[in-house]
Amino acid sequence: MTDPTTYLSHLELGEPDKTFLDTNELIINMGPQHPATHGVLRVILKLDGEKVLGTECVIGYLHRGVEKIAENRTYTMFNPYVDRMDYVAAVSNGLGYCEAVEKLLNVEAPPRAKYIRVILTELNRLASHQLWLGTHALDIGAMTPLFYTFRDREEILKIFEKYCGARLTTHAFRIGGCQYETYEGFEQDVKKFLDFVPPRIDEYEELLTTNRIWVERTRNVGKISAADCKALGVTGPVLRASGVKWDIRKALPYAAYPEFQFEIPTGANGDTYDRYMVRMQEMRQSLRIIRQAVEGIPEGPIMAKVPKVMKPPVGEVYHSIEAPKGELGYFVVSDGSTQPYRVRVRPPSFVNLQALDVMVRGQLVADVIAVIGTLDIVLGEVDR
Amino acid sequence: MLDYITSYLGMNTTPGQAGNVFWAVVYILVVFGGVSVAVIAMNWLERKALAHFQIRLGPMRVGPHGLLQPIADAVKLLTKEDIIPHEADRFVFWIAPLIILCASFTVYIVIPFGPTHAITDLNIGILFMLGVSSLSVLGVVMAGWASNSHYPLIGSLRSSAQMISYEIAMGMAVVTAILMTSLNKSGTGTLSMIGIVQAQQQQQIWFLFKFFPLGFISFAIFAIAMVAETNRAPFDLPEAESELTAGFHTEYSGLRWSLFMLGEYTAMIAVSSIAVTLWLGGWLRPFPNTLTGETWDLVFSLIPGFTFLGLAVIAFIGVKRMPKHPYFKIQTAGLAGFGAVLGLIGILLFIPPVRDRIQDIFWFVAKVAVFMYLYIWYRATFPRYRFDQLMKVGWKVLLPIAIGVLIVTAILGVVL
Amino acid sequence: MPWESPLVAKLKAQYGSGVREANTYLGQNYLVLEPSIAREALQILRDEEEFDYCVDVTAVHYPNREKPFDLIWILYSFARNQRLRVKTMLADGESFPSSVAIWPTANWLEREVFDMFGIKFDGHPDLKRILLPDDWKGHPLRKDYGIIQQDQEWVKANLGIESGQ
Repeated sequence: MTDPTTYLSHLELGEPDKTFLDTNELIINMGPQHPATHGVLRVILKLDGEKVLGTECVIGYLHRGVEKIAENRTYTMFNPYVDRMDYVAAVSNGLGYCEAVEKLLNVEAPPRAKYIRVILTELNRLASHQLWLGTHALDIGAMTPLFYTFRDREEILKIFEKYCGARLTTHAFRIGGCQYETYEGFEQDVKKFLDFVPPRIDEYEELLTTNRIWVERTRNVGKISAADCKALGVTGPVLRASGVKWDIRKALPYAAYPEFQFEIPTGANGDTYDRYMVRMQEMRQSLRIIRQAVEGIPEGPIMAKVPKVMKPPVGEVYHSIEAPKGELGYFVVSDGSTQPYRVRVRPPSFVNLQALDVMVRGQLVADVIAVIGTLDIVLGEVDR
Repeated sequence: MLDYITSYLGMNTTPGQAGNVFWAVVYILVVFGGVSVAVIAMNWLERKALAHFQIRLGPMRVGPHGLLQPIADAVKLLTKEDIIPHEADRFVFWIAPLIILCASFTVYIVIPFGPTHAITDLNIGILFMLGVSSLSVLGVVMAGWASNSHYPLIGSLRSSAQMISYEIAMGMAVVTAILMTSLNKSGTGTLSMIGIVQAQQQQQIWFLFKFFPLGFISFAIFAIAMVAETNRAPFDLPEAESELTAGFHTEYSGLRWSLFMLGEYTAMIAVSSIAVTLWLGGWLRPFPNTLTGETWDLVFSLIPGFTFLGLAVIAFIGVKRMPKHPYFKIQTAGLAGFGAVLGLIGILLFIPPVRDRIQDIFWFVAKVAVFMYLYIWYRATFPRYRFDQLMKVGWKVLLPIAIGVLIVTAILGVVL
Repeated sequence: MPWESPLVAKLKAQYGSGVREANTYLGQNYLVLEPSIAREALQILRDEEEFDYCVDVTAVHYPNREKPFDLIWILYSFARNQRLRVKTMLADGESFPSSVAIWPTANWLEREVFDMFGIKFDGHPDLKRILLPDDWKGHPLRKDYGIIQQDQEWVKANLGIESGQ
């Protein structure tokens, strides 16, 4: 196997120390199998005692060649593959892809479909953030919030299952709109959910937000400045926690977002605690959006007039959405045939993971795990 | 021979003080058995309580409501392969868990379950306890060293650093309580465990409430330090799974690992006993001075019996709620039997002679049980401290406060 | 459709024929530049035109063209809330100067382009494969790489099985 020291060559290491008790420099491998790396991620750390001097991420363990597959499937056939990348927030992936292809075809989904899309995407954002909270708390040592968030996430997954038959990889949307009409009682279910969840979010906050140990573990850990975020291309809650009030839903709106009122939470410091607060606020804002959407779903068709055999005109388009993890972009190139010529997925977790090195320099080993958790990466998306 | 045995029964001291070897051995066996049962019960309770905190059920299959789970765990651990790392130092590897175990169990000889219900009463009881329980640090370091691998070594060094740091804060808090024992007419205090509880009885106040809030603060410091001392959450970084170094007991498997766990639970019960003896009035019933008199004594003496009857009732409610499927017949019968045993014990505890003798032991055990539940509660609720924050809390927060409380208590003791 | 804007005018004034096209399609603006001036133009775009966020760096392979590779940057400006695509055409084997000095984001993104297409970037601090194993042969996203093709040598050597299929 390759020598791990070659990985960190750009950090200008000397000879690795042979004696393991030498406290000068130690290279430690947080291997692909690790309870806290959220998937198969390998992080090679160069340590000076407890302090981290540099990191190197080795990824690609989950590379499935999704972009290559896209060139061999038709546009509709590729739709289910898209869910499998960020499998935690599958609905968002589908939304991004469908909207990108709709742009190529120059069709627009009807208003009712847009509302349904927004409701499901925001529910998915909530589910993704709940999963993030549970696993992040578990990494830091608090075992119980995991179970609470998963219990509440069940309700969302039940709604998904009733709507499209699948809980996780939903394939909820089609190019041109939605395939399934909302089931009988969809609005009631969502409204019941909206009443059920806010006290639960309060419960999570009660367990963690003012907990002295939580604050000490997350304050000033993994700090990244706004300038660094912009330079590194980091988006999503990480960028917002550093103070930049930017959200694609407001900056370059898509689906039915222009019709809803919601806030963009930001943080001041850019540390882990701020990212935690930003995501908690985002959960509440999602509830707000869902409430507005559910109360105003227009009647009408759910599918636009899209040809059965899709042959978009020659051209290329880039469309991005605000996925729970950041800016998820689709660059679709069409050559006029039924199969896309190239589909490039710009994964937010991939670009955010680059920032790990910057965030973790000078921190302690135990913080590396907290920072990986706070970046909210999903390896399915990083590797595609 | 018989004289030797019966002569003790008339005396009013502990076997150790009476020099009666036979009864000392009997007491030792009873205490050893009791602690072992307590550890088993603690294992079950931890899994059940943790599960209920996390909205799940915990073990339900092995025995009714998982009551036989600890036995199944023990059998599993006994039958596991005994792996010793290749380059490990065999003797040290073998002896490390034994040292921890011996250190943890030896302290039980001075723990007072009642005014004469102790194996012995050394006049330096508390000093003995603190000293011997510190020996377990040696076992921890030996375990990490003998494993011959980076991560256990780093984990064991961290563990030992943590334990040593918090012992100091613990010691200061203990000195504060000892100081309070000397606030009597003759001005002399005592280090003996039984003497400390008797001092509380004499001064008619649990040291928890003495010079409020000083007694409470020193109790709080001890309570926090004892959690760190036993490497339990939230101070369990050295043995946590999701951190890089997996702790000093990584390389131990099967029976040896279970010895570590036994040592950990035993140490938890031992330090909780110190806390109960020093601040919570040991074997004294609640409100020994405000609610005095024959009737109150009677009321409080009925509580042990009612406790066990209550547990029996809970067991029978569980029986009623068992599924009616034939698969569950044995479990239902087992639970009903368990409930019957609890009920019998409860009735037994109503008989006056038994009632009188069992009072002290019951209250002591009940208070220690509350601490055990608190341990599990902490584990379920709190995130983990990072190692440097852990050390910071031990040295920069607990120790100064402990010294401050000690000084103020001393001043108040002289002045008042 | 052609795209007129002060930005385009400035670039055309500076580079003349270096700016081959400046169009907008479906509301999205893009520039096609010559490889020789593309790097400088990117620098100008970051420094003067405030395109401080490099959203993506990617490539497309057109095997039947004279210059088969399309190297694409997708840029975004926070201040102006505008997105821009910059394209350049590269020949097979031609390398391109790395944009890591302009946007640190490009580090992993260029590594992925190298991994998938084989386009080398000069001046990249650490150009090696990112998603595939380091000693893999072949660049999968090229059109001449089969859909179920795998580097059988690597598979045999490292996985101990006869074939990946």
